[in-house]
Amino acid sequence: MSAVIAVRSDKGSTSTVEAPVKETETRGEEELDIPWQVVVHNDPVNLMTYVTMVFQRVFGYPREKAERHMLEVHHKGRSILWCGVRERAEFYVQQLHGHLLLATLEKVV
Amino acid sequence: MEISREGEALWVSDLDPFLAELLRQIPLCTNPDGVPGAEARLFIEPSREKEICAEWKSYVEPELRRLFRSATETVAADLAQLNGNEKSLRNRSLKIPFEHADAWLSALNQARLVIAEKYKFSDEELNDHDRSPIGSRRDLGLFQVNFYGFLQEFILREMEAH
Repeated sequence: MSAVIAVRSDKGSTSTVEAPVKETETRGEEELDIPWQVVVHNDPVNLMTYVTMVFQRVFGYPREKAERHMLEVHHKGRSILWCGVRERAEFYVQQLHGHLLLATLEKVV
Repeated sequence: MEISREGEALWVSDLDPFLAELLRQIPLCTNPDGVPGAEARLFIEPSREKEICAEWKSYVEPELRRLFRSATETVAADLAQLNGNEKSLRNRSLKIPFEHADAWLSALNQARLVIAEKYKFSDEELNDHDRSPIGSRRDLGLFQVNFYGFLQEFILREMEAH
């Protein structure tokens, strides 16, 4: 449905124009791209220093932040390293698997 | 055994025949064949969603296999320095070019994961760094995991300093 807007010119006359129609977007779940999170799980074999180095390298995190995540993995069993679009999350998980870390991607609920 | 950094290389020197043999076993130990669970540990399922796992197996896993194999081949080539008279009891030296550091970290990690999977070490065992390698194959395996971890720690420290 279109709307009509009255427009007054500087000479005092009035005319009408049709307001642009704003279409309602209907997008599927895939298009909406629900955020995904990259999760790293605890692994007793990988060294703590190695895990920290991998987080710094893959995500570009400063050492303190990388260590915080490493300790969270160590103490709580898992840590969410990143959250965002699926394609990027898959890229990060692939990088982490390339370094042999136990990583998965999960939909944010 | 001594480990040091000289210019663009790491040197593992004064290697006795036992430790030299453990190093030579790295490429062999990265092979997950015949070790239940090892294949699944090296090539992890990325998600609970079957569709993602199927795509991963087709497109990502072959790339990971190439990456791991390439690292192992680099390490195997470096380890050729330790080849020679098998009966010689002379101590040896090994030069690891710094540009191979990533390959070494990967191969050592692959080997540690496969050995740990083979013997199903507990967390307590993995934290027991004083266990003697003499006793059983399992004890030797634990010693190997710790020895390779020690080497990884040194490489990481030098990478950071670099």
